[in-house]
Amino acid sequence: MIGCYVRRGLRVVCALTAAFALAPSAFAELTIRITQGVEGALPIAILPFAAGAPGALEAQDISEIIRADLERSGRFAPLKEHQLPERPIDASQTRFPLWRATGAHSLVLGQIAQSQTGGFQVQFQLLDVFQGTELTNLRFTVRPDELRRLAHHISDVIYERLTGERGAFSTRIAYVTNIRTDQGERFSLMVADADGFDPQTILSSPEPIMSPAWSPDGQKLAYVSFEGRRSKIFVQEVYTGVREMITSYPGINGAPAWSPDGTRLALTLSRDGNPEIYIVSLAGKQLTRLTNNAAIDTEPVWSPDGRSLFFTSDRGGGPQIYRLPASGGSAARLTFEGSYNGRPTVSADGKRVAMVHRTQGQFRVAVQDLASGRLSVLTDGRLDESPSFAPNGQMILYAASDRGNGVLAAVSVDGRVKQRLQLSSGDVREPAWSPYIQ
Amino acid sequence: MKRSLTLALGIMSLLWLVGCASRGGTAATEGAAVEDLASAGAQASALGSSGGFAGTARSQAGPKGEPGSPLSQRVIYFDFDQSSVATQYLPVVQAHAEYLRDNPRVRIALEGHTDERGTREYNIALGDRRANAVSQLMIYQGVAGNQVERVSYGEEQPAAQGSDESAWAQNRRVEIVYGGGG
Repeated sequence: MIGCYVRRGLRVVCALTAAFALAPSAFAELTIRITQGVEGALPIAILPFAAGAPGALEAQDISEIIRADLERSGRFAPLKEHQLPERPIDASQTRFPLWRATGAHSLVLGQIAQSQTGGFQVQFQLLDVFQGTELTNLRFTVRPDELRRLAHHISDVIYERLTGERGAFSTRIAYVTNIRTDQGERFSLMVADADGFDPQTILSSPEPIMSPAWSPDGQKLAYVSFEGRRSKIFVQEVYTGVREMITSYPGINGAPAWSPDGTRLALTLSRDGNPEIYIVSLAGKQLTRLTNNAAIDTEPVWSPDGRSLFFTSDRGGGPQIYRLPASGGSAARLTFEGSYNGRPTVSADGKRVAMVHRTQGQFRVAVQDLASGRLSVLTDGRLDESPSFAPNGQMILYAASDRGNGVLAAVSVDGRVKQRLQLSSGDVREPAWSPYIQ
Repeated sequence: MKRSLTLALGIMSLLWLVGCASRGGTAATEGAAVEDLASAGAQASALGSSGGFAGTARSQAGPKGEPGSPLSQRVIYFDFDQSSVATQYLPVVQAHAEYLRDNPRVRIALEGHTDERGTREYNIALGDRRANAVSQLMIYQGVAGNQVERVSYGEEQPAAQGSDESAWAQNRRVEIVYGGGG
């Protein structure tokens, strides 16, 4: 099954590789910095993978990617290299008392060797230091261009084995960049690995691009583009570049959100004079209007069960979040704390809504527990916006403002871990974390 | 903690040797042709091709008006979180409405904008409401509905950079943009 996973990823990796060849300058700019602590994180030791003579570089890379993945999750605190007491190649060589003394709960070790077909054989083991037992032992045969994906996959396996939750290291993020040049502005819709690696441009335009939204299968992005100086909603296949225009009505064509079954978009149109929420079927383009009043209704998002929509409305005077049956009907107000709550997004388990919440004139990312109604403010920026849950619900990616420049940041849902993804130039905004890619 | 991408570079250069390039390249070529968008300067691409870029010139069409006259002004400014046209701008709206009434083949776009505060799509809605307020005033003064198009850019195209009251005030606006026919 794991082999199958890797093989299914193959086409994707292939396309990324080609992309790199064509646009070598596009990617070496994104760095991730953990800005707030990992207190309470699980100590773990990740050894450099042992390598046959020609594979030394790859071996180092794999363990480095795994280490960075686990550290970035905030759930693990990998030991530094000088803290590693020995370099065993497998469990039989491991002297567990030495490892217990380091405080590490778990130990990751592996080997990499060139296979006869020109690829690599990778084996890794996850050991429980205190029990002195092997938790996982897996072997993979991959092509050289699959190594990076494999490293993320191994991170997913480790994360799930030790936390009981699915890892999100093999996913992607989309975001919009804006670079000002002498010739004007250049907006780009980008897709990168979840660790920020290998950003690729999938749309480039002199006019604004907004509101990227992943399809539930992770294969498409819906977005708003102002090309021709009118707003239009498109759906684009990420891995082929083929796209289709979905709406281009007079006025607003905005805020596309996928239904969980991937057959419809909820969106905002003002064709009838006022911003209202509609549902459009992707097959027939039929419109169903869901709201009808003199207020602003926008920023819809579906509940994971597809039965209701959350959205922003100022029908009560200021922007607040409401919930409405997807089949239509009356809306119920969800947020009562503060005078500005907008841009809701729902965790995959349907239990939490993240939003932009204004407090003391500052816009911050907050999360509301739907069962208790309790709201927690997670961030401390001036203009934090566009929250997006990781598919496992553990982290929220969002856009922040740093000295007038847009940057991406992430925070754990408990607010404990904070990190920053920074481009060396330009304005980065509107991140969207992909679902698990099917 | 800053992560070097040197290792990543190493992997990528290795990946690059593996020869998927031809396949990915084909997909990119197929994916890039999209409707008649080249004229608008936007280019879609597959993961893997580098997107192109072409600028579009903003229209300078429309009546010039005497310097300082209401007709010479093309921007209407708004108060924070407000979408009603302030009294001082009514002569500007009226002057353009009269021009449009006298030139029924001329079309305009009313481009609504907001400052950076608040969420992006909500600001699109707010900019639309501002453009709508100007549009309604013009229609009351006899301009045909099909002469006026509303486009809201929300906070996406600020007139002034910066995060202070002065920049915000310049960014809360509706721009009157003349198109063809005149």
